Amino acid sequence: MNMTKKKTIFTAAVLLVLFAACVIVDLTLPSYHIAVTVIKKATVYALVAVSMNLLNGFTGLFSLGQAGFMLLGAYSYSVLTIPDGKKATVYQYFENGGLPFSFTDIFGGIFGEQVGTIVGMLIALLIGGLLAALFAFLIGLPVLRLKSDYLAIATLGFAEILKAFFQWNGLGPITNGSNLLKSYPTFNKATPYVIIAGLMIALIVLLINSTYGRAFKAIRDDEVAAEAMGINLARHKRMSFIISSFFAGIGGGMMAMYMGTIAAAPFKSALTYEILLIVVIGGIGSITGSVLASFLYIFSSEWLLRGLDSGTFLGINAPAVFKNGFRMAVFSVIIMVIVLFFRKGIMGDKELPNLLDKRPKSRKKKEAAGK
Amino acid sequence: MQELFPYLLNGISVGGQYALIAIGYTMVYGILRLINFAHGDVFMVAGLVMVYTTTALPLYISIPLVLAATVVLGFTIERVAYKPLRTAPRMSVMISAIGVSYLIQNLAFYITGGVPQPVTKPIPFISNTVSIMGASTKMVTLVTPVLTIALVIVLVYLINHTKTGMAMRAVSKDFETAQLMGIKINSVISVTFIIGSFLAAVGAMLYFTNYPSVAITSGGMPGLKAFVAAVFGGIGSIPGAVVGAFIIGLCEEVIKGLGYTTFSDAFTFALLIVVLCVKPTGLFGEKVTDKV
Amino acid sequence: MSKNVLKIENATMQFGGVVAVDNLNLEINQGEIVALIGPNGAGKTTAFNVVTGVYQPTNGAVWFNGEKIIENHPQGKMKKLYKGEHAGEYNNTIAPTPDVITKLGMARTFQNIRLWKSQTVFDNVLIAKHCRTTSNVFSAIFRLNRKEEAKQRAEVEELLKVVGLYEERNELATSLPYGKQRRLEIARALAAEPTLLLLDEPAAGMNPQETDELTAFIGEIRDKFNMTIFLIEHHMDLVMHISDRIYVLDFGKQIAEGTPEEIQNNQRVIDAYLGVAEDA
Repeated sequence: MNMTKKKTIFTAAVLLVLFAACVIVDLTLPSYHIAVTVIKKATVYALVAVSMNLLNGFTGLFSLGQAGFMLLGAYSYSVLTIPDGKKATVYQYFENGGLPFSFTDIFGGIFGEQVGTIVGMLIALLIGGLLAALFAFLIGLPVLRLKSDYLAIATLGFAEILKAFFQWNGLGPITNGSNLLKSYPTFNKATPYVIIAGLMIALIVLLINSTYGRAFKAIRDDEVAAEAMGINLARHKRMSFIISSFFAGIGGGMMAMYMGTIAAAPFKSALTYEILLIVVIGGIGSITGSVLASFLYIFSSEWLLRGLDSGTFLGINAPAVFKNGFRMAVFSVIIMVIVLFFRKGIMGDKELPNLLDKRPKSRKKKEAAGK
Repeated sequence: MQELFPYLLNGISVGGQYALIAIGYTMVYGILRLINFAHGDVFMVAGLVMVYTTTALPLYISIPLVLAATVVLGFTIERVAYKPLRTAPRMSVMISAIGVSYLIQNLAFYITGGVPQPVTKPIPFISNTVSIMGASTKMVTLVTPVLTIALVIVLVYLINHTKTGMAMRAVSKDFETAQLMGIKINSVISVTFIIGSFLAAVGAMLYFTNYPSVAITSGGMPGLKAFVAAVFGGIGSIPGAVVGAFIIGLCEEVIKGLGYTTFSDAFTFALLIVVLCVKPTGLFGEKVTDKV
Repeated sequence: MSKNVLKIENATMQFGGVVAVDNLNLEINQGEIVALIGPNGAGKTTAFNVVTGVYQPTNGAVWFNGEKIIENHPQGKMKKLYKGEHAGEYNNTIAPTPDVITKLGMARTFQNIRLWKSQTVFDNVLIAKHCRTTSNVFSAIFRLNRKEEAKQRAEVEELLKVVGLYEERNELATSLPYGKQRRLEIARALAAEPTLLLLDEPAAGMNPQETDELTAFIGEIRDKFNMTIFLIEHHMDLVMHISDRIYVLDFGKQIAEGTPEEIQNNQRVIDAYLGVAEDA
C-alpha cells in the first residue's frame, strides 16, 4: 500500500470516527446537554475560522471583516425564515414588519411542514452566503488594492458600517432595528450542524488543493513572482475574498441558528478577533488546525473551564479567585503565550494526513503503526 | 446653527481627546509600522485607574498615579508583546497586538466583574458646568482643546530639538540604517510608547469626565476612531493626526446634531475607506514607495 | 531572416528626473540568444521590467510576435519632466500587467531568486501552469478538470526530468542548493509555456564550475524547446560563449550592438567597463 492511499484511509477513518461520536452524542444525550451545545457552537466557529484561514492563511490577505460577513449571513437567514404567523410578535415595534413571505411557509406548503422547513432553512443559509459574497464582490475592488494592515483596518471598518446600518431604524421593518430577531426555525440536534459545516469545509479543502488554491498560496508566498508567472493578482485575490466571505456568511447563518435569537450587537470586531485568535492557535495555513482549535477553544471555554468562573475548579473552592471573567482571563494569557512563543500554533501548516509523514513525533508514529 | 452650536463645541472637545490618543497610534506606526490595536485598551485602563484612584486618594496623588500606571502599562506591552517579534512578519506583530487587546479587556472584565465602573468623583474644576453663548457645557470642553494644543506644541518641540527626538525621526525614516548608525532602537521605541501612553492617559481623564462610567469596551471605539484620525491626517505625522482628530470629532458631533446618531460611528469608517482609496497617504503623509 | 519575436522601440524609462533607460531600441529574432550587458546601474533590469510589464515605460513601445503589446507617452507630471527623445511619436497607452504579458508567451526569472518558499519543487513548477488552465474555479473545486490536471502534472514531471530536478521533486524549494534553485526558477518559467525566455542574471553568485554547467544548460534549453532567450548577465565567459548577439547599455543608453567578437573589440564598450582616463 503506498503512502497516498494510507493517508486517505487514515483521514477517512479519523473523520468517520469523529462523525460517529457526534451521532452517538446526539442519540444518547438530550439536546440541551452541554456536549450538544459544544458541538454545535464549535462547528459554527470551525467553519468561520476555516473561511478566515482561506483568506488570511492561504492567500496572505490580512482581512478583519469576518464579523461583518457573518452578520449578513445571520440576518438573511433569520429574516428569510421567520414564519409569517410569528412576524407580528417579532416585529412588535414595526408595523407590518418582516418580508411579505417566509421560506419556512413557502417550502412547508410544497414539501410538507417538516421537510419544507428544512429545505427553507438550507436555501436561506445559501442566500445568506451569496449575499455576503455579493457584498465582498462590491467592496473587494477598492479594498483589495490596499496593503496588509490598511486592508485589515478597511475591512474592519466595513464590518462596523454594516453593523451600524443593520441597527438603523430606517431598515427596521426588515432588520427589526436594534431589537432581537427570533422565532425562526433552528436545528435542535448537533448532527445537522456537523453535516453542513463539514460539507462546507470539505469544499474549502477541495478548493485549496485545486489549481486555484495553489495559485492563492503562490500569491501568499511571493506576490511579484506570482504575477510574473501569469497569475492575475486582482482577480485571484478577489476570488479568495468572495469565496471566504461566502463561507463566513453561511457560518453567520449557522450562528443565528445556534443562538436562537440574534441582534447586530454581538457581531462586533471582538468576534473577528476571537476567530482570528482561533486560527492562530490552530496554525495559520492549516485547515485541520483551525477545526481542532475551534473545538478545543469552545470545549474549554464552554465546558472544561466553566469552573474557573463559578467558584470551584478541580475541586478547589475559591470563590474570590474563581469569579466571573477568570476563565477568559486565563484564556487570553494562554493565547498570548501561543502568539509569542508558539507562533506556528498546534498544527503549523500541516494537515491531518501529514500526521503520517516520515518524521512525525513518536506518539504519532505509534498511532500510524497501529493502523 | 444655534441648535448645532453645542454640538460643535462638543466636537472640538472630543476631537482634542481623539487627538491625544491618535498621537500614540501615529508615532508607533511611524516607527514600527504597526497598528497598535491595544492602544485603545490602554486608554480604557487609564480611565479605570482614574475611577479607582480618584475615589480613594486626593487629586495630587491620583492624577500622577494614573499617568504613571498608564505609562508603565504601555511600556510593558511593548517589551513583552512586541519586542520579541521584532524580526517576525508584520502579520505576527499585528496578531500579537490584537491578542494584547483581548487580554487587557478580559483582565479588566475579571477585575471589574464586567460591571461598568461609575465615575463617582470626577476631577473637579474640569467637570464644573459653564455656559457659553447660551450653551451649557462642562469646563472640560474648553480645557481639552487648549491642553491638547499645548501638549502637541511641547511634543513637536521635543521631537525637533532633543537628541531622543532626532533619534525618533531617524528611526521612522529608516529602521535598519538608524540601527547601524548606533541608535539604540529599543530605547527609542520604549520612549515612543511612553509618550503615547502618557498622552492617552491625559486623553482618558478628559474623555471620561464627560461620561457617567467606564466599561471594558469603552476604549475600542475611541481607539479605532483615533486611528482613523491618524490615517486621515497621514500616518506618521503628528500635526496630521491632530488635525484629523479635530475634523473627525467635529463631523461626528454634527452628524449626531442632525439626528443620525446611529451613523456617527459608521461615518468615521466610511471616511477611512474613502481616504484609503483616494489618498492613502492622508493629508500630511509622506509617500512611501515599494521596491519591486 | 527569421521571424522577429521581440522589438523594443524607442523605450525610455524615467523616474522623476532620472532617466534609467534612454531611448532603447532592440530586436530579437526567433531562436536567438541575445544578451544585454552593461556596468552596474546601467538600466538592464529596468529594461527587463519594462518589457515584462512591471514598469510602464515613460515613452516608447514594445512589440511581441509582431503585435504591439506595450505603448506609452509622457503624461501628467512627466510631460514637463521628460528628457528623452521621440516624445511626439506615441499617442496610445497600452499597459498590460505582468500576468497578461506572461500569458502572451514571455516568462522570466529574477535577479534575486523568487521561488515560492513554502512549496515543493514540483508545486513551484505546477503553479506556473496555472496561467494555462482553462477550467474555472467551480470545475476545479468539483474536480471536473481531472484530465487537464493530470496532463499538467505529467508535463511538469517531464519538465523536471529534462532540467534534472526530478529526484528532488518532493523537497521544499528552499532546501535546494543555490545552483539548483536557479535551475528550478528557469524550469518554472518554462512551465508557463513561453516563446521568449527572459533570464535576469542567471549566473549571479555562481562559481566557475556552476557557471559552465549553466551555460550548457541554457544552450540545451534553446535546442530542446526551440526557445528564444533574452538574458542579462555579468559573467562575460557565459555571455561571450552563448550569445548570438549582444547589446551594451551604459547609463541607460545603448552604446553598442553586435556579435560577441565585435563587442569584445569595441572601444566604447571597453571604456564603459574600464573607465576612461581623465586626460585622454
